[in-house]
Amino acid sequence: MIATSLINLSYLIGALAFVWGLRLLSSPDSARRGNTLAAIGMAIAIIATMVQPMAGASNNYGWIMGGMLVGGVVGMASAKKIQMTDMPQMVSIFNGLGGACATVLAMVELMHFYNGTQALGSGQLVIVLLALLIGAISFTGSLLAFAKLQGLVWDNSLTLPKHNLINNVMFIGLIGLTVYLFIQGFSAGVGLAIGVLVLALIYGFSFVIPIGGADMPVVISLLNSFTGLSAAAAGLIYNNQIMLVGGILVGASGTILTVLMCQAMNRSLWSVLLGGFGGGAAAKGQESGDQVAKTVTLNDAAIQLFYSNSVMFVPGYGLAVAQAQKALKELDDLLEANGVDVTYAIHPVAGRMPGHMNVLLAEADVPYPKLKDLDDVNAALPSTDIVVVVGANDVVNPAAKDDPGSPIYGMPVLNVWEAKHVIVLKRSMSPGYAGIQNQLFFHDKTKMLFGDAKDSLQKIVSEVKTL
Amino acid sequence: MDTVFQVFNENLYLIYLLLFTVVLGFEVISKVPTVLHTPLMSGANAISGVVIIGAILLIRQAQPDDYMTLVLGAIAVVLGMINVIGGFAVTDRMLEMFKKKTKK
Repeated sequence: MIATSLINLSYLIGALAFVWGLRLLSSPDSARRGNTLAAIGMAIAIIATMVQPMAGASNNYGWIMGGMLVGGVVGMASAKKIQMTDMPQMVSIFNGLGGACATVLAMVELMHFYNGTQALGSGQLVIVLLALLIGAISFTGSLLAFAKLQGLVWDNSLTLPKHNLINNVMFIGLIGLTVYLFIQGFSAGVGLAIGVLVLALIYGFSFVIPIGGADMPVVISLLNSFTGLSAAAAGLIYNNQIMLVGGILVGASGTILTVLMCQAMNRSLWSVLLGGFGGGAAAKGQESGDQVAKTVTLNDAAIQLFYSNSVMFVPGYGLAVAQAQKALKELDDLLEANGVDVTYAIHPVAGRMPGHMNVLLAEADVPYPKLKDLDDVNAALPSTDIVVVVGANDVVNPAAKDDPGSPIYGMPVLNVWEAKHVIVLKRSMSPGYAGIQNQLFFHDKTKMLFGDAKDSLQKIVSEVKTL
Repeated sequence: MDTVFQVFNENLYLIYLLLFTVVLGFEVISKVPTVLHTPLMSGANAISGVVIIGAILLIRQAQPDDYMTLVLGAIAVVLGMINVIGGFAVTDRMLEMFKKKTKK
């Protein structure tokens, strides 16, 4: 009796640690403690599950320990090895594995059900099927999201004609087959259950295929909430409260995060899922073919920056790819030493994930108060001498303000053209991740500096040092 | 219709728990500043690895000679553990960057 109470108390403490950990994660000062707290909660819950008294259970601890060892080493090693720039992919793949775990559990339950070793009531059968479906979709969807962000699969290479129609038909088919499986009950047989599993796995792929570009983080967040829901469904199978609470928490928070991310881009979840980006954008690019962008020499750029009063950096994904954050910080230090006021403009969706830039800049020791958000930046821009755009594109595109035909029309952008001068560091004139040409590059105030962001910044740094 | 009412009445506590947790999840997250979205998503992702508990329960209840269940259960433990350990470790690495810097 005491043992059972202790176990239940441990689960309760674990669940509270999840909730409180998430709460602490919502402030920069306490976020790290919050993560540690949630991890402690998880450890308590896992230990409780290991020692929980179970009448007549054969325990098989060897199998469990072996699995935990392998998973722990793989998880730890990949988390330590991964580059900060590749963080979104990593989150995506971890998330997919969680979904896969729920799917395997559901499949085992179904196999036991169909070979007669275990009875499932109709309520339980619904739950098992839900865990199977949601987990499987989250698994393959996350894998494809990983492959896309990692550059293994190009965004549009797999899209079929009428892809959304195919997806909808497949979705209806999947639901129909699942309902049929449920109605048939025991007589459906394990073959049909495997059919449902395979169709769900294919649907997971297919549903992420048309989504690309700046919408990728939204999908990862959505899939994250799917994994939470599948964990919650699995919690119902095993009648385990902490799985239920943890899963639902993630399901709810993932949903809210998804909505917040969509709001930051001024897009509805629906248009994200239909893969609206691209399309009309290609035609837009042609119009600017005869316009010429002005360039600036390294020396001129260095002099301009060194003798200005205020400089604002606008980092984008190009900065992350070029690993240029440390070079940027070096330039910042040099300018600060000469009394230049240096700030960083962080667009809510800069990089590939909200907050991605902050993490990268923090890695380069940029003090937190120097990072300004959208509203502060746009208020400060008219009095800023020079804006340096480092590998950002869509988030500084004026088309979002004045071209109703543009796919990004309505998205809040940084109005960098309101500053006195703009220098754009960019590899080439190619359009941004959303595939749209940027009129900013042809603006009167804009000068381009072509080349790898890290390389260009280092050259500017050495030029500044000679002044 | 009676079955629906019956399910509702029998699982009333569960339904309360579900609804309160949903509200809690919404409330806790909606105050998060944009800068923390990536670490938060990562942290939440680690928490969803709680599904590993199901895998442990599955293996503990399995017969010692039921190799299909044991193997699949062990695979589930591996997958869940990667999600848990990797998730928390990656989040910690990201948040390490947010340490308070001493001002000049």
